[in-house]
Amino acid sequence: MGGQVQTTVRIQREDFDLAAEWAACRERCTGRAGAVVAFGGLVRDRADHDAVQGLYLEHYPGMTEASIERICAEAADRWRLLTVTVIHRVGDLGPGDQIVLVLVASSHRPDAFAACEFLMDYLKTDAVIWKKERRDGGDAWITATDSDRERRSGW
Amino acid sequence: MNVTVRFFASLREVIDHEAIVLELPGSTLASVRDQLRCRLNATQWEAICAAGVQVAVNQRIVRGDAALASGDEVAFLPPVTGG
Repeated sequence: MGGQVQTTVRIQREDFDLAAEWAACRERCTGRAGAVVAFGGLVRDRADHDAVQGLYLEHYPGMTEASIERICAEAADRWRLLTVTVIHRVGDLGPGDQIVLVLVASSHRPDAFAACEFLMDYLKTDAVIWKKERRDGGDAWITATDSDRERRSGW
Repeated sequence: MNVTVRFFASLREVIDHEAIVLELPGSTLASVRDQLRCRLNATQWEAICAAGVQVAVNQRIVRGDAALASGDEVAFLPPVTGG
């Protein structure tokens, strides 16, 4: 469907502030947006049966941003969107820390809800990011799960 | 000609280098693989060849062989997951 969709993609070590990003999103589409949907991903303190001490995220500067831009462009093709913001953190994170923020603004809520879920499902499988869980039982690089791939192929 | 070869995440750990510069006798990705096969030990080579490892040239995924130019950046990428 497309049209002019403003896309913001940031990869950063620092934390982000939902209220500030929400305000910036509203600012960018004042009057036109009827809905903003936000998703925040957090570090869990358990994985399978192990306690998780934290998460280390690695990226490939340039390629990572491009991979996420492509996902945003795909979403903009499928739904009527006004703005898309994806902020993904890298580096060392601890349990409870914020990992990712996806903010989608649209004229109407069905497009915003669907696109937000689509973006998260695609980030799991297509974003050029690597995660290592620091577990009590030893560190482990984690990959997209079968359920992640099923969700992606469902779109 | 020279190319830079980068390794990420689990591959960076196994190979114990973020990047190496290879002087290639040829000008293809196959030539990079030949060089790596000589330089890496069996465990490292297997990691490079493992299912799911993708190769990027100048940050674009390539499949099969590809022509390279001097100064190109080749990267070996283990399976990704964001979010």
